[in-house]
Amino acid sequence: MKSFLLSTALAALIATPAAAGKAFISNERGNTITVVNTDTWEVETEFFAGNRPRGITTSPDGSIIYVCASDDNLVRVFDANTYEELPSLPSGPDPELFILEPSGKRLYIANEDDNLVTVVDTETRTVLAEVPVGVEPEGMGMSPDAKFVVNTSETTNMAHFISTEDYKIKHNILVDQRPRYAHYTADGTRLFVTSEIGGTVSVMDIAEDGSPTVVGKISFEVAGVQPEWLQPVGARVTADGSRLFVALGPANRVAVIDAQSLEVLDYILVGQRVWQLDFTPDEKYLLTTNGNSNDITVIDVEKEQAIKSIQVGQQPWGVVTID
Amino acid sequence: MHRLHRSLVAALAIIVTAGSAWAIDVKAAVLRVDYPTLLPISRYDLPPEDLGFAGAALADEDNGTTGGFLGHTYETRTVAVPPEEADAAMAQILADGIRLVVVQARMEDLLRLTDQAAEAGALVFNARAPDVALRDDACRANLLHTAPSHGMKADAVAQFAVWKKWTEWFLIAGSNPADVALAEAYRKAARKFGAEIVEDRTFEDTGGSRRTDSGHVMVQRQLPAFTQDTDDHHVVIAADETDYFARYLSYHLWTPRPVMGSGGLVPTSFHGAHEAYGATQYQTRFEALTGRYAKPEDYNVWLALRVVGEAVTRANTAEPDGVRDYAISDAFELAAFKGQKVTFRDWNGQLRQPILLYDGVITVSVSPQDGFLHQSSPLDTMGLDRPESSCTAFD
Repeated sequence: MKSFLLSTALAALIATPAAAGKAFISNERGNTITVVNTDTWEVETEFFAGNRPRGITTSPDGSIIYVCASDDNLVRVFDANTYEELPSLPSGPDPELFILEPSGKRLYIANEDDNLVTVVDTETRTVLAEVPVGVEPEGMGMSPDAKFVVNTSETTNMAHFISTEDYKIKHNILVDQRPRYAHYTADGTRLFVTSEIGGTVSVMDIAEDGSPTVVGKISFEVAGVQPEWLQPVGARVTADGSRLFVALGPANRVAVIDAQSLEVLDYILVGQRVWQLDFTPDEKYLLTTNGNSNDITVIDVEKEQAIKSIQVGQQPWGVVTID
Repeated sequence: MHRLHRSLVAALAIIVTAGSAWAIDVKAAVLRVDYPTLLPISRYDLPPEDLGFAGAALADEDNGTTGGFLGHTYETRTVAVPPEEADAAMAQILADGIRLVVVQARMEDLLRLTDQAAEAGALVFNARAPDVALRDDACRANLLHTAPSHGMKADAVAQFAVWKKWTEWFLIAGSNPADVALAEAYRKAARKFGAEIVEDRTFEDTGGSRRTDSGHVMVQRQLPAFTQDTDDHHVVIAADETDYFARYLSYHLWTPRPVMGSGGLVPTSFHGAHEAYGATQYQTRFEALTGRYAKPEDYNVWLALRVVGEAVTRANTAEPDGVRDYAISDAFELAAFKGQKVTFRDWNGQLRQPILLYDGVITVSVSPQDGFLHQSSPLDTMGLDRPESSCTAFD
């Protein structure tokens, strides 16, 4: 604890302005988005984001913020500079998480209560397709070539590989209990799927045609923490594919993993019930949402150390950053 | 809507996974024995007609959606009978080729039905009977328990009381055999976790204190008198399986103290207000399907059929032995909206699971409590641990 405080103090002293940017944090219980300046790490503002905001993302140019307003059954849209609310998008019932394709055109939304993935056109604001998936769809990942969307279903315990061409499921892969999140490496050759209750991360190699092969499973172990509380949720992998960071929920830690050898290298202590993660665009920092301590933790990616925590709204859930 | 999606999924699955998995048509049954009972103290506790069956319907939907991707289908028959027709109902289920049966019955009937099922090689899930003996010397090799035992529930309450440092208990037990058995579980829990029962009394069931026009008037005079002249205590523990007095205790005690057990803070496997650990999704699915709140019996039945679903999905078997062997193996795990995976004890077939402590409105706490450690699983601090159980059917 002492060294954590010390490093926080040191970091504050030596902090040099990186690229000025902003982080948007959805606060599930506070019904708000908190905006944090990622240069000064000051909270800039907090604004109403709809009821039960969870998944949050940005348009490719960083000008628009999309958020799943789960209890409003729609996707709310905000201007990233003025925070003015723009016309909403239809989402299907209880949207939880979504992923925007790199072009920014189609948004793929997991409808947790209705066993569906809804595909929405962000320009015409219309529903293009509804894809039936397993029970309690949640995690959404997209291959970098945008050919596949991967949805994880929490009670069916599968990763469903949906073709973005015809919206048909091409592959179903069983993973451990309660899969929460799916994330590809930047080169698209690997996919990580976290299983919260199973306590594991399933690792799949992705062939040229997009088909997956399970090649390994990552487990976690922290001295003094009951194995039951090591619950993988959010995940991010560095652009060079070397490091995988996994949020471990009630274990209050982020695991640092060699994304090639799959060896767990370290555990970084963060806030309570760490949920989702996002890098700053320069990948210098990794931000974690900590649902039970109502704060975010800033991790120095190179040093693999927590350097700061910032109080945000009630029960922070998701985070997205822009330049 | 759900049904439409399911058939769509099924259609897709045939295209996608054709040839990659064995199609299994899973047939199961839920047999519920309805006993003649008096009215519960609270109208809220009136059993719905589809008690337990609603959990089966949800399980069929959940399993069926998953099965759609693998070519598996799930169909569960539900049967409710009076006690005298239970044996015939089980015989019919077995005669129709069903070998996976969830039973909601009292211990004596459950044991007889289980033995009847064993002769046909069928596997039984206990979704109701809390008797410790079923997990002890009366255990059966073809009987798995998704319902928690009296021991697990009493230990859950005891841990919370000890965590609160409420270690001096006033135990009030009912006089019926089921109440006496429950009281014994609380006495054992007190010894196990270092609480002291400073006062141990039996409140006789004279048939007078149930919900009637004048019931509360009687109770308001009886209970204070009954609970006076006690040693100092921190908490009142009620053992009232029959449900005739515990619900009245909280505001009718001589000495004002919190009540736990059969009244006040109640240990349960599930309740309709439980939201943590993603349970909101279970509740919304359940309510959309059934039009009412989930009861523990629904959850226990749902769990049993989800166990079957996991065996089919992961081990590709719906054979009774295959399901049983997979369920009690190290490979088995199930997410059950309680914050950690649930698994089976391979020494007596009991599903180890967290126990919710419920005040009638919210989840107040979840046991096991912090600091109660165990060499293999903190969940095994509740109920009969391996060395304590004399069950040999699983050896």
